[in-house]
Amino acid sequence: MRSRIRTLTDGAATGLAVLSTVLVVAPLVAIFVYLIYKGASSLSWAFFTENPKPVGEAGGGMANAIAGSGILLGIGSLIGIPVGISGGIFLAEFGRGTKLANAIRFTADVLNGVPSIVMGIAAYSLVVVPQGHFSAFSGGVALGIMMIPTVCRTTEEMLLMVPNAVREAALALGVPNWRSVLSITVRTASPGIITGCMLAFARVAGETAPLIFTAFGNVGWSERLSEPIAALPLQIYVYAISPYDEWHRLAWAGALVLIVLIVLAVSLVRFVTSRGVLKGAS
Amino acid sequence: MGVGIEVINLNAWYGTNHTLQEINLNIPANHATALIGPSGCGKSTFVRCLNRMHETNPIARVTGTVLIGGLDIYKDAKPVEIRRRVGMVFQRPNPFPTMSIYDNVAAGLKLNGYRNHRVLDEIVEKSLKNSALWDEVKDDLKKKSGASLSGGQQQRLCIARALAVDPELLLMDEPASALDPVSTSKIEDLIFQLKSQYTIVIVTHNMQQAARVAEKTGFFLNGRMVEFDSTHKIFTNPSDKRTEDYITGRFG
Repeated sequence: MRSRIRTLTDGAATGLAVLSTVLVVAPLVAIFVYLIYKGASSLSWAFFTENPKPVGEAGGGMANAIAGSGILLGIGSLIGIPVGISGGIFLAEFGRGTKLANAIRFTADVLNGVPSIVMGIAAYSLVVVPQGHFSAFSGGVALGIMMIPTVCRTTEEMLLMVPNAVREAALALGVPNWRSVLSITVRTASPGIITGCMLAFARVAGETAPLIFTAFGNVGWSERLSEPIAALPLQIYVYAISPYDEWHRLAWAGALVLIVLIVLAVSLVRFVTSRGVLKGAS
Repeated sequence: MGVGIEVINLNAWYGTNHTLQEINLNIPANHATALIGPSGCGKSTFVRCLNRMHETNPIARVTGTVLIGGLDIYKDAKPVEIRRRVGMVFQRPNPFPTMSIYDNVAAGLKLNGYRNHRVLDEIVEKSLKNSALWDEVKDDLKKKSGASLSGGQQQRLCIARALAVDPELLLMDEPASALDPVSTSKIEDLIFQLKSQYTIVIVTHNMQQAARVAEKTGFFLNGRMVEFDSTHKIFTNPSDKRTEDYITGRFG
């Protein structure tokens, strides 16, 4: 009798866990399937090689927007990842318990909650207004600022998960503290830190709002970082609110390409960083 | 070669907790010295004061003098210099999880800027042989992570890592308490071999272990050192009633 109740409880708990998993995964699958359904038919070689065409002309693609997103994310990552990781290292290792660290942590959390359009306005007033023109650089700055809090806080969390015994082992060998932090603690936490960077990257890759006043968009190629530049989310936005069916189809295709590119980029980073991991390393 | 340790009037605190009170003793060179006593008696704190690891805890404080081979480690040296000369093995094996077996052993040298690969190879081999682990890992040195080894192997790896920086003194804080009997006896054999080259201080909960490996034994109780004498004397004819009560199992 008892064992039957146990079996039932066990079954119920397992069922609940499976159901939760399905609930989490289902929206993702649904979005992906719907995007393929709506967007795949408009994908063609031209989509990746041609720039947008004027209304009424058939065809055209998003080559400039795909490249633009890559450039913007590159600038964003160059700003957001080093600053975020350094901040996280400070919070977890050097500034633990200090007032400065608490202030930084609080700021990062607030920054994380700031609407992305506000980030756009901030980058606009910091970069666009002084320079007097929209630019790829200002868009990258906006994305970079948005990445900082996520990277910073996940880096901190991951470093705090490194057992103190590992730190002590390094210190007891006569390794200076800064060296122990960089070569031992950060290295031990690196898989988690990379995951945090990828999360931040994937999050800002789809941002539209901060780019509206900064990167601005561009129907053709940009030749310099000081010029306005196209970006996939911006292009999708412009096409999606247009009254033309052809543009709607291209917007769907753009959304599909955006998601696939994010998945590819994240997988690539994971693949590259997982090579060289030793057998049995945790 | 090992060096002797002279401890004069050592006191240590964690916050307001006075964990070590007026410790005075002389630890002889090239011998194994065991420290026994009930949990919380201060013996771990004591060994952590010998390589200045105690002060890595922000609320910790130390007063008094510790001379290692005549050098006043709190006055005339920096913590990193002392820790290079004094190896430490912890209670739980703590290999660097992302490093290979080879890199674990070489860590102390590499992280201090040592780069000569031929010499590193030699030191790694010698250290692993000294810690009786070489035969078990020599084929996987750079392939396997230190964390993939068994608990007993990990502890011997940690000993090899400590030996690789060529310390004069080896501190062992209950090195076998997390290990099974077979691994424990391997570690004890090792201590036996190592003490001809190093001065060894071993904290242990296991009184048989102290009797097996050490020439000298100190008994700690409530932050004070009650008695310090030859191991034989401590276990057969202690001078202090409290030592006798402890070793006969009346408390602790």
